[in-house]
Amino acid sequence: MRVTLKIWRQKNAAATGGFATYTKDNVVAEMSFLEMLDALNRELVEKGEEPVAFESDCREGICGTCSLVVSGIPHGPGKGAATCQLYMRRFKDGDTITVEPFRARGFPILRDLIVDRSAFDRIIQAGGFISVNTGGTPDANALPIAKEQQELAMDAAACIGCGACVAACKNASAMLFVAAKVSHLSLLPQGQPERQQRVLNMVAQMDKEGFGACTNTFECEAACPKEISVRFIARLNREYMRASWGDK
Amino acid sequence: MVWLRRTFDSTVGMKWLMGITGLFLTLFVFVHMLGNLQVYLGPDALNTYAETLQHLGELLWVARVGLFTIFVVHIVSAIRLSQLNRSARPQGYAVITPQVSRYASRTMLMGGLIVLGFVVYHLMHFTLGLVSPEQFHLQDAKGRHDVYAMVVIGFRQPLIAFSYILAMVPLMLHLQHGASSFFQSLGLNYPKYNNLFRAVGPVLSAIIFIGNCSIPLAILAGLVPYPVAGH
Ligand code: HEM
Repeated sequence: MRVTLKIWRQKNAAATGGFATYTKDNVVAEMSFLEMLDALNRELVEKGEEPVAFESDCREGICGTCSLVVSGIPHGPGKGAATCQLYMRRFKDGDTITVEPFRARGFPILRDLIVDRSAFDRIIQAGGFISVNTGGTPDANALPIAKEQQELAMDAAACIGCGACVAACKNASAMLFVAAKVSHLSLLPQGQPERQQRVLNMVAQMDKEGFGACTNTFECEAACPKEISVRFIARLNREYMRASWGDK
Repeated sequence: MVWLRRTFDSTVGMKWLMGITGLFLTLFVFVHMLGNLQVYLGPDALNTYAETLQHLGELLWVARVGLFTIFVVHIVSAIRLSQLNRSARPQGYAVITPQVSRYASRTMLMGGLIVLGFVVYHLMHFTLGLVSPEQFHLQDAKGRHDVYAMVVIGFRQPLIAFSYILAMVPLMLHLQHGASSFFQSLGLNYPKYNNLFRAVGPVLSAIIFIGNCSIPLAILAGLVPYPVAGH
């Protein structure tokens, strides 16, 4: 099949970008979206043009490196999948597909479709460490954790930090990401000693990076490749107020 | 004091302010509608109710100042959050395809500002009597402020009646999202109750819309009698 691609091209962080239109032939339904872009890039290189810059690593939906807003949806259409898990069978012959970078003040564009997501790393760093006693291997079952508690913590821990929540939010809010990270540790015994300081520092860093606030539209949850639930945002709100009150 | 500063200066803190003030404003709007509906019970009921409120004395002023403060905190937080939200995405998308959000949730600021405009007009009309002073100073047979007459005569003017009905549309949209949203802002999200939380907004906003709009419509249709025999 043949698709028309409207792709955001931008030389570097300082340049003003714009859309370039490409026609891509010989697209087969079994191609992943990124393979289709690889094929486009091969054609561009053969013609002596600059290939389209985009990020990817594992290409199996676990690393959180690929991004892209495909026709207005972060990671493209389909639930619970990253861009690398998007297949061309989702599209029809003759479709026009718009491809944009994640857009947020906290994610400055470096080139074409690549954005700098190190703001997320700084938020994680602001969260700090967890205290673990050193020494021999602890006894199995020495630290009992209720099953529901454990499962909820692991649901939050499924976040791969890709930033689709920010990209999908009308406010470019990083609340779902921060909520997942805060909840994951605050639900487990290992996260208790620094629990209060962690949430205060992570929210402060999130605000400092220029991400917006939550309007509860829940677009983040719909875009999340790991389907992280917005219930963690409510938990973040509780954690934050409790910590703030306890740290007058 | 650090606690207070965090509440007024962080995104999460300001959402708490929005949620708490939004909850109180919603309760007020609902109770206000119940009060309004007494117009159907006739002049005596409505004017007695109005007089009771007027005679609260200091309590009335506590309520007024409280409500005003809540309203101001709501508006100031709304504007500050909206500025932060806008600057968080300096360059927008060429294509946006919303997946789950509704129109109401994406237009909270615009809807809120229209509601604010209406509240100012409404206070000038029925509380301060600046819009139609001659209807404002009417008295009933018992010498009380004749709220019933003021409302019925006021809403017999189609332009005024329709402007009130029109103003209920943005209020309904604001509450459709808002009256469910505050649960989440105040940290309430439990799978067992989420269907209930998410129904409150649409249901409550519909009740308030229908209840309030019924009054100008009934008056326009001539279903609310005035003058009433014996008054
Ligand atoms: C009768 C008056 C009003 C009522 C009953 C009301 C109610 C609410 C409620 C319940 C919420 C949800 C709070 C939350 O998400 O936690 C809300 C949000 C909001 N309100 Fe109001 N409101 C009123 C007036 C206004 C006015 C005058 C403005 C104008 C600035 C405004 C602007 C907003 C905005 C922007 C939000 C969304 C904030 C966000 O989360 O991004 N509201 N309102």
